[in-house]
Amino acid sequence: MKIHAIDRQGKEHTLEGRDGWSVMEILRDGGLDIAAECGGACACATCHVYINDGWFEKLPAPSEAEIDMLDMALAVEPNSRLSCQVICSNETDGIKVTVAPE
Amino acid sequence: MTAAPIETDVAIIGAGPIGLFAVFELGLLDLKCHLIDILDRPGGQCTELYPEKPIYDIPGLPIVTGQELTNKLLEQIKPFNAQFHFSEMATSLEKLPDGRWKLKTDAGTELIAPVVVIAAGAGSFQPKRPPVPGIESFENAGDGIGVHYAVRKMETFRGKNILIAGGGDSALDWVINLAPLAKSMTLVHHRDGFRAAAHSVNQMRELEKEGKVKFHVASVKAIHGEPGKMTGVTLAGHDKSEWHHEADTFLPFFGLTIKLGPIAEFGINLNENLIPVDTARFESQTPGIFAIGDINTYTGKLKLILSGFHEAALMAQAAFHIARPNEKLRFQYTTSSSNLQKKLGVS
Repeated sequence: MKIHAIDRQGKEHTLEGRDGWSVMEILRDGGLDIAAECGGACACATCHVYINDGWFEKLPAPSEAEIDMLDMALAVEPNSRLSCQVICSNETDGIKVTVAPE
Repeated sequence: MTAAPIETDVAIIGAGPIGLFAVFELGLLDLKCHLIDILDRPGGQCTELYPEKPIYDIPGLPIVTGQELTNKLLEQIKPFNAQFHFSEMATSLEKLPDGRWKLKTDAGTELIAPVVVIAAGAGSFQPKRPPVPGIESFENAGDGIGVHYAVRKMETFRGKNILIAGGGDSALDWVINLAPLAKSMTLVHHRDGFRAAAHSVNQMRELEKEGKVKFHVASVKAIHGEPGKMTGVTLAGHDKSEWHHEADTFLPFFGLTIKLGPIAEFGINLNENLIPVDTARFESQTPGIFAIGDINTYTGKLKLILSGFHEAALMAQAAFHIARPNEKLRFQYTTSSSNLQKKLGVS
């Protein structure tokens, strides 16, 4: 189960996802610069990513709480998600994400 | 304006759960504390990020919210009468000839203490700065012009072309409050929906209907003008269309984020923005400066509130010997010591 992640410097990393873990956890443990200040509680909007290459539409829709919390993120685009709310599974194998600017 | 320096036993940076519990552990040893926090209330991340969210891993409290935990800690430390300095950022730390430390804040407070405890979590909460090139040069441009992350005096915005960005309560509250005195008021947000309270959203929509507020689903891509004299911005919609918008001032409201801040300049050894400590004393590599909670690092560190409580207890023992070098530390239990119970006001 792979996650292709582009960091803030534009470098692509291929990380091993884990079933049931959030994408935020995989990015953080993979050493990418992502604050995730609240630790995955959908309370800070500092794990903001863009979901690339058509993957956005394939994901389960964000919850109300996540949509609300995205209002506190910077540089939000239509393909923005909070990575603590995107859960790894076989369906997300190969997902492409870009870490949003700080 | 600098008031007279305050002498105390321990200066604590950070009034989050660990800073608060440190007051308890130090208080049992008769050490008096002053706390500094950049927020305007105690609790740190617990009250700023998740006041309503339940925490399940505090020993003995099967479920407690961030706010409730803060309230309980405040109740627990009440007998020790700690002094709080809120809305102040610790900005510098210097060693005095007598071996004590002088800690200064951006509000001019000066604390002099033999022991400093850094319980600052991940650092200082600061407003989120939109990733617009050169935005820094428009900050601190003066009253009512350039980029502001807070409104101190509404009057300074009278007659100005104001642009506000964001969709939370702060953004909408300031749209509503500043619209009557603005020359023009424009709100931009990334979607046609808002996180803010429903009544604020309704009020904003009314103002929009009356033509007193313009709303665009857009974001700020560039700021134009000279540093100190902003003339406008480039706005961009999701369809990538871009247009110029005249504005004297830009107020982004995206909440707070945590930056290490001036602690990095204190001269304490840091490892990736964390303070390495020993696990017997939780002292940094600078004697007399302790670090507890999320800000420290050591082999096996877990960023848990409960770990911070443990660190506070051991820190207090070590701090005692620095603050009271000629006294013998008497280790006692609150359950059995009438002396401790008297301090707690329960006997």
